[in-house]
Amino acid sequence: MIAVRDLRKTFITPAAEVQALAGVDLDIREGDIFGIVGFSGSGKSTLLRCLNLLERPDSGTVTLAGKEVLTLDRKQLGLLRQKVGMIFQHFHLFDSRTVRANIGYPLEIAGTDRVTLQRRVAELAELVGIADKLEAYPGQLSGGQKQRVAIARALANEPRVLLSDEATSALDPETTRSILQLLKDINGKMGLTIALVTHELDVVRAVCNRVAVLESGRVVETGEVGTVFGNPRSAAARKLVEISRGFREGTLFTDGGGI
Amino acid sequence: MTPVPLLLLQGLQDTVYMTVLAAGIGLLIGLPLGAILTITSNNHTLESPRINRGLGIAVNMGRSFPSLILIILLLPLSRLLVGTTLGPTAALVPLSVEMAPFIARVTENAFKEVEKGKIEAALAMGTGPWAMVIKVLIPEALPSLVRGTTLIVISTLGLTAIAGCIGAGGLGSLAIRYGYQRFRTDIMIATVALLILLVTGIQLAGNLIARRIGRRRHVYE
Repeated sequence: MIAVRDLRKTFITPAAEVQALAGVDLDIREGDIFGIVGFSGSGKSTLLRCLNLLERPDSGTVTLAGKEVLTLDRKQLGLLRQKVGMIFQHFHLFDSRTVRANIGYPLEIAGTDRVTLQRRVAELAELVGIADKLEAYPGQLSGGQKQRVAIARALANEPRVLLSDEATSALDPETTRSILQLLKDINGKMGLTIALVTHELDVVRAVCNRVAVLESGRVVETGEVGTVFGNPRSAAARKLVEISRGFREGTLFTDGGGI
Repeated sequence: MTPVPLLLLQGLQDTVYMTVLAAGIGLLIGLPLGAILTITSNNHTLESPRINRGLGIAVNMGRSFPSLILIILLLPLSRLLVGTTLGPTAALVPLSVEMAPFIARVTENAFKEVEKGKIEAALAMGTGPWAMVIKVLIPEALPSLVRGTTLIVISTLGLTAIAGCIGAGGLGSLAIRYGYQRFRTDIMIATVALLILLVTGIQLAGNLIARRIGRRRHVYE
């Protein structure tokens, strides 16, 4: 479903040149819930944002649903993006629109007729469990509710791929669990492929079937979740596992060992 | 000689006429320019450094002219479009042209206040340039656009007074011709008082509308 080959991206800031991606190869299969994990600055968000070209890589290729995304022109890219949903850490709903109009937005810009649009919005609101809030504005919702609306909005055009950029990182553990369950349900019901960026190992354990561990812009380990974290080979994966275990056992970290 | 109250009424009428229409026409020119400046900037839907820089320079040039000079320079255009260089209608041409670059910057600022994340979300959903402006930027920036429009209308009002120096009519012209040149302090005070009332009224209305929009959306600043 998604194939990434030798992807490179360097950010040039006045202060320094930062190599965010240093040759990434990645394969995400149809129906996967694919976790992309790593510590801050490992390049995981940049990688995800290169998939729908919110960030333009310097070199390499990204093939998404059979399309070579870097060769698309502006219009074609727009059409592709309509079929690739994305959710964010801070939701990014439109404050000027009610929940109904937020969910309907992608359909509006895709030129869907009114009747279909309203029917689809109702279905989606039902699916994500927000049907009683259709006339509310985002300003009236809790974080979890906002993320549900964002998920419904991302799914409006029946995408085959959903990109999730730290979508649960701003939510409390309980809400995180319910949002992850929702993603899992959607994956099961619709066969949606999900690429999920997170720094929390527990999120990956809860929903992902496969995972890639990133460190300094490279994939250092990839495979089934159980295999990778049952028997981590790379230093980064080992560290992630240790930290996650440490928190569970209530280990006191010293000398910045937990960071 | 025309009685003073009638003079003032006529002046007020001309001033309001020029302000409303010049700000309105200015918005029709300036808002699209502000939108183009925004969507051609980096990481936006029509990213184009060349158009952005070119338009930016043009806007800066437009804003650099001293108001009175630009008004004089544009008088031939008034004659061409309206047939005269005297009176409030003739003044609309230079006033709106003068305001347009300022309005472009004010609207650009309002559009740039829209959270970057929302723009990215819109881009990720495949939003094209037209939908970006109509369905995302304008609605999301509406409260700041209203505050910006308040600023624009008040600036236009100030500009009509300058245009009044060279035959545009209105309260500014009254203040010059009667208050200053004929030492009619009473008329001077009356015109200034009327202008203060106008500015206060516009500002209050703008604040009220912006706050209403925010409250409707449950967004409090």
